[in-house]
Amino acid sequence: MLRPIFAILLAFVVAAANAADIGQIKVSKGAVTIERAGQQIPGAVGTHVQASDVVRTGGDGSVGITMTDDSLLSAGPNSVLALDRYDFDDVTSRGQFDASLAKGSLAVVSGRLAKQSPDAMKIRTPSAVLGVRGTEFVVRVGDGH
Amino acid sequence: MVTRIPFVALLALVAGVAGCAMEERVILLPEANGAPTSLAVHQGSHDVVLDRPYAATDLTISDPFPYQATPAEVQTTFGDALAAQPARAAHFTLYFNEASDDLTQESRAELDHMLADVAKRPVRDIVIVGHTDAVGTDQYNDALAKKRAERVKAMLVERGIAAGDIDAIGRGKRDLLVPTPDGIAEPKNRRVEIVVR
Repeated sequence: MLRPIFAILLAFVVAAANAADIGQIKVSKGAVTIERAGQQIPGAVGTHVQASDVVRTGGDGSVGITMTDDSLLSAGPNSVLALDRYDFDDVTSRGQFDASLAKGSLAVVSGRLAKQSPDAMKIRTPSAVLGVRGTEFVVRVGDGH
Repeated sequence: MVTRIPFVALLALVAGVAGCAMEERVILLPEANGAPTSLAVHQGSHDVVLDRPYAATDLTISDPFPYQATPAEVQTTFGDALAAQPARAAHFTLYFNEASDDLTQESRAELDHMLADVAKRPVRDIVIVGHTDAVGTDQYNDALAKKRAERVKAMLVERGIAAGDIDAIGRGKRDLLVPTPDGIAEPKNRRVEIVVR
């Protein structure tokens, strides 16, 4: 009787363990949360991020993330940053990284994906798509200057 | 008499329209080493390429509006985001004696450089990938590559780095740094590559 439940639980645990870590929070100040599959996870230093995570900072918050392709994403206060898609082949450096900034401020240093092929890394804002060919830039989405 | 719309009313209208949209701005920053850089900005049917330091575009109204930003603007608007930027990843390569998991003499100094870098980081995420030269079977080289990576991992753990922060894998002779035919001994291929993030 217990066996099917156990099997389901086990499958769930295995699935959770398999969800790939794509980066890690290295810097976290003030209120930082990660929204993952409807759950709110504290965005403490050391926390690993996964594809489809949405990272939010509060009015006193800021966060710095290093991805497995060595790219760096850091956001200032009142930001909403979604890690929409991340595929990275560590051997060939090929793949795709799409992230979007719904609001707030974001500083980017691109990594191996963008170096390997232009446009392998894209950052979206509510109105534009940025194709990353160089390395460093900043983006702001806000309610006025 | 022609009806004239007061200029102030026009200004208010423009400001009102702009106020509805989210303010959006993108600024390209200089490369750390002064190398050329660029960023393609695609908005609706418009494309703008930013290709020099501090080239910027305002995306608030439907057409991208290019302008030249300043370091002061970057600091004012992005100071918090930039202050949260993690340390850049560092890459190290350590070389080994033939058919062995002992580091070469020169690589022992490089190991110390790596440890100094690791020590500066509050949260570590270290990946060690072992490689071999093309002498021997796949099976032999897979085992040797893994053994080299594990040896370096053990050296780090010995110096107080948590084992859980380190991934050690071996790639055998599949990924030669210096391409050679099979069976050729090449010291530069007997290595581990380490990324410290």
